[in-house]
Formats: sequence, structure tokens, C-alpha cells
Amino acid sequence: MSKLVRILLASLALGLSLGAGSALAQDEAGLSLVPAPVDRLDDASLQRGARDFVNYCLTCHTAKYMRYNRLEDIGLTPVEITDNLMFATKKIGDQMTVAMTAEDAAKWFPAPPPDLTLEARIRGRDWLYSYLLGFYRDEKSASGWNNLVFPNVSMPNVLWQLSGTNKLVETEYEEHAKAAGAAIATKGLSMLEEKPGGKYAVLTLAPDVPGTMTRTEYEAFVADLVNYLDYMGEPIKNKRIHLGIIVLLFLGVLFAFAYALKREYWKDLH
Amino acid sequence: MSKLMTWIDERFPLTPVWEGAWGKYVAPKNFNFWYYFGSLAALVLVMQIVTGIWLTMNYKPDAAKAFGSIEYIMRDVQWGWLIRYMHSTGASMFFVVVYLHMWRGLMYGSYRKPRELTWIFGCLIYLALMAEAFFGYLLPWGQMSYWGAQVIVNLFSTIPVIGDGLSTWIRGDYTISDVTLNRFFAFHVAALPLVLIALVAAHLIALHETGSNNPDGVEIKKQPKDPKTGLPLDGINSHPYYSVKDIVGVVGFLIVFSIVVFFIPNMGGYFLEANNFIPANPLKTPPEIAPVWYFTPYYAMLRAVPSFLGTQVWGVLVMGAAVLIFFALPWLDNGAVKSIRYRGGLYKSFLATFLIAFLILGYLGTVPVTVWGQFADGFPFHGADRATVLSRVLTVVYFSFFLLMPWYTRRDRTKPQPDRVRWK
Repeated sequence: MSKLVRILLASLALGLSLGAGSALAQDEAGLSLVPAPVDRLDDASLQRGARDFVNYCLTCHTAKYMRYNRLEDIGLTPVEITDNLMFATKKIGDQMTVAMTAEDAAKWFPAPPPDLTLEARIRGRDWLYSYLLGFYRDEKSASGWNNLVFPNVSMPNVLWQLSGTNKLVETEYEEHAKAAGAAIATKGLSMLEEKPGGKYAVLTLAPDVPGTMTRTEYEAFVADLVNYLDYMGEPIKNKRIHLGIIVLLFLGVLFAFAYALKREYWKDLH
Repeated sequence: MSKLMTWIDERFPLTPVWEGAWGKYVAPKNFNFWYYFGSLAALVLVMQIVTGIWLTMNYKPDAAKAFGSIEYIMRDVQWGWLIRYMHSTGASMFFVVVYLHMWRGLMYGSYRKPRELTWIFGCLIYLALMAEAFFGYLLPWGQMSYWGAQVIVNLFSTIPVIGDGLSTWIRGDYTISDVTLNRFFAFHVAALPLVLIALVAAHLIALHETGSNNPDGVEIKKQPKDPKTGLPLDGINSHPYYSVKDIVGVVGFLIVFSIVVFFIPNMGGYFLEANNFIPANPLKTPPEIAPVWYFTPYYAMLRAVPSFLGTQVWGVLVMGAAVLIFFALPWLDNGAVKSIRYRGGLYKSFLATFLIAFLILGYLGTVPVTVWGQFADGFPFHGADRATVLSRVLTVVYFSFFLLMPWYTRRDRTKPQPDRVRWK
């Protein structure tokens, strides 16, 4: 019987863990994302991310569930927040909104810029990191930009002055295995596509015009931003994990006592 | 203390109620691991009610405010995040413990005479729980909330003639709207919790009338009484024995529960779906609409059944029948013994196949039907989705467990059931 129990528990665990991978179960076959090199405990990175977020993102995008004073979580003082990070309001308890109205946004953009408070919970860190590194020049698109991770996205590469521009590199392969091998060998962002005629193409990006930042600097910049977006999606995360460890330690001790109590009572039964 | 108890007992039967309900309730002494899940289901029910009450204090059942109010709870309400994660994790864990509890019933024949009504009340609890989960899932007003509700309510519109009117009546509108949100809120926080509590009471009253089954299927009430204790030979009082044992189960459960709440509250998208962090948008259908994991076996069946005679109602009927067929179980089983320990290979094979079918259907319900591609040319079913064909086969397997049960339980070569229980 105990064997059956084990098999059943194993199958239950398997069932629960199946596909516990990416955040959004979207059909993104062939796309290899770059893991985001972020550290949720790195306050300096989070602060840089917050600074870059309010400077570059919080002009079109809102973060309407995030209050400015919440940034005290990541080690900023109220004075630092008020003096350096608040452009659209004077009240530190206000949420991160923008001056642009929803009506204007609908008029000015092909698609209104989404609120970013929960974007990391929707997309996941790796997706966001890859997306921000995934822009390339595309003369055929309306904005002049396209993205490997989010094809035909209406957002232009607003960070191009920092990142410089990329161009799309397409390499064709006769066999799927070779193309897949080449995609893995890029060790970065790549997209494997099926081409007509039974051929396969691996799409990657190559630097074209340099920006004000080096490649490494820009990757670190994006990593800070993604770290911040991830924090903003769930500001309580660090506290939750910290508290979880304490709770589990307590329950572990309690379990030992409960088990000893049960044994004590049951030893008389035969 | 005893003076106080006497004072109370003269005015209210506190001692008899306690002794009848638990203190002197005689249970078989050989309950194993699988017997934790009844008390755990009761624990989760209480936890859902308590966390639910506290969520209600800050939740706004209003299409314009609902999504934001959840984020308000997660960010601005003291300990709101913990209460909300406990509630969202609790919803899934409720189904985990209920499925394990039902599986226990299947293994040890707990549904069989004389416990048919306990089983039926249990099935009704399962139905009420599904309704409770469905209504509750709309409340966060995310994309999956909205479109999941849309899909489920539209199931009713497949019913010929009255379908459209019926689904409009359920929604209170021509589409899922603020009106729907308000009535689902009412059902979720008032109507169904009352139904659940009443059904749980009935489930326990029926159980206490017949006494509990056990892993050997031995009826302890038919045993001679021990002259010293006056209890059946294999019976013990629930208190203190099962009190202290269930505490072990509760703490063990809380460890698993806390791991989810504190470290993986999304459970990789199975407990909280990524798409549900996008506010409901009636104009934008998500590319994939999948129900929460506990409904996916039935969802896979729904998708597997083809429409014919110009209606899709067949899938809905199959899905409904798949749930309702549990009610018939006590009358389908002709086995000479109750417990899997004394059943023959035939029953064990059917039960194992049923479990595997249920788990695979559950997995297939979470993924698009194209997940395994299509059958190539030259094969039978060429061009058809492999997953759909397998779902159809497994749907037949699922139903054959029930429908062939009268036959295979009678044919099964069982072992003799002992008079006394075994410990292990």
C-alpha cells in the first residue's frame, strides 16, 4: 500500500509541476528568451531601475496601482523620492500616473500603452528583459522599429539613443536540427522559424549603429529596469519569502511536537 | 470547570453534543494517510470562510473597481496580500484535498452500503464547490476571470430552444457585465457558503449514523464489544486518538500550504494565471482560454466531443454526465468486498486506468489541442489533432470505469475480507 501512496503522490506532484515554466502560456514556439540577470535583494539595482522607470517609461505608461511612497521599500527616503522621482504630482502617497489621458492615448497611439504595474506578473522577467533587448530597425513597420520577442509591436524603441540600433540577421538552414543547434549556439535572443520549402531560418540581432551606452552597460540598464518592474509587480515579494522561512521553521518545530504527542497517545493501542 | 460544565449542561446539551459529534465518536483504529483529507477539507472550508470575510471588507464588486480593489488589497491593506494568497491558494488546495478524499472513497469502497447518503452528500458538496469556485473566479475581474465565465455561461446557450434565454438569464445581461459580477459576488459570498455548510453538516450527520469505513472495509459496528471498554474490538474514541493524529495532519498540510502561499503563490500559473493580471477587456479575447486546473479534466472532455446534428450540446452533456455519474457509484459496484486490499486485479486495473485517464485529461485541459501536433498522412485519423483523439479515447476510458463497473466488479476475483482490521 505504501508503494501505491508513493506512486500517487508522485503523480500528483508531477501533475502540479507540469509546465510550471513561463508566466504567460502564449504560443511562442521557436523563441528563445534570454534569462534576466536580476537580483530581487539588490536595492541599488532596484533604485536605479526606479529612476530609469520614472524617466523613460512613466511618460506614456502608467503604474496606477503603485504609490510613490512605496519606494521606501527599496531603501529610498521620502525626500529622495519627492525630489528626484516625482514629476507628475506633489503628494508622495499618490499613484504613478501620467498627464496623458486615456482618450488622448487612444488617439495618439495605434494601441494605448498598457499600465505597467503588473507587467512583470503577466509577462515574466525573462520576457521583459528579452523584449527590451529585442528591438531592431524595420523600415517596413509604421514606427520604423520591430521586435523579435513581440513581432509588429506598436511601441517604438524609445531607448534607442542608449542602446543604439540593431539589425535583423536571418540565417537559413536546410534541416531543423541544424537550425535548432544554431539557435542554441547564439546563447542569446533568437527565433527559429519555419520557412516555405521545408527550410528553417534562425533570426538573431546584430548591432548596427552604436548608442551612448556599450552593449554591456545597456544590458545592465535593462536588467535594473526589469528588476524594478518585477519588484513593482509584487512589492511584498521579499517580505513574503522572508516571512515564509520563519513560518516554515515554526511549523517544522510544531510538527515535531504534534508527532511526538500523537505517538505518546497511540503507543497504548494495539 | 466541572461546575461550569454542569451549569451549562443543565441548560444546553454541550457535553452530549460534543461527545456525539467527536468526543465519543467511535472510529476504526486503522485509519491511514488517506483519512486525513476529510478533516483537512473542513479546515480549508473554515479558512476560506474566514479569509473570504476579510477580503470582502476591501473588495469592491463593481466592474470598474473590482480589479483595482484586489491590487489595493495586495498593496495597501495590512496583511491583505497574505489573506488574498491564502484565499487563492486555499481555493486550489480545497480541490486537492477533496480529490484525494474522493480517491480514498474509491479505493476503500467508502461509498458502498450503508454509506450511500454520505457519498451523495459528498458529491453534492463537490458540485457546490465547483459552483463556488466558478463564481469566485470572476471576482478578480481579470481577463481569465472574464473569458472563463463567458465560456462557462455560454455552455448553457448550447441547450436547444431555451439555451440563449437561459444564458442571458444567468448573466442578467447579454454579456458578462457589472450585473453578472454583482450576482456572482452574492452567490460566492452568501448563497453557496450557506449551501456548503449545510451539506457538510448533512455529510457528517450521515457519516456518524453509519460510522466510518476503514482501509479494510471491515464494519466495526458488527464486531463484538470489548468487555472492558464497551467499544467494538477495533474501535477507538475519536478523542483523544484522532484529535492528536489529525493535528499532525493539519500541521503537515499547513507546511505544504505555506510553501505555496509564501514561495510559489502563482504555482507556475496553475493557481493564479498570468493572464488574470490583465484587467478584463470585453473587446479582446485572449488567445487561449483555459480554466483553472481543477476543472481541466472536464474541460478536456468538453473539447473532445465533436458537435453533430448542428449543435455543440453533446460536449456539455458529456461534461455534465462525467460529474454526475459519481452519484451512481454506490449502485454500480457489485464487488464482494469494499476495500482495494481485497479486490482482484480486474478492479485494480480499471481503477488505475481511470486515475491515469483523469490525470492526463487534466493535463490536456490546460494546453491547446494542438499541443502534440496532428497525425501524419497515412495514419488513421490523419490530420486530426493527436491530443483531441487521445482525449476522446480517455473520455471513453473515464466513463467505462463507471459504466462497466457492474460487470467487472462481479467478475473480479476478490480475496476474503477479514473480520478484524489490519494496522498497516
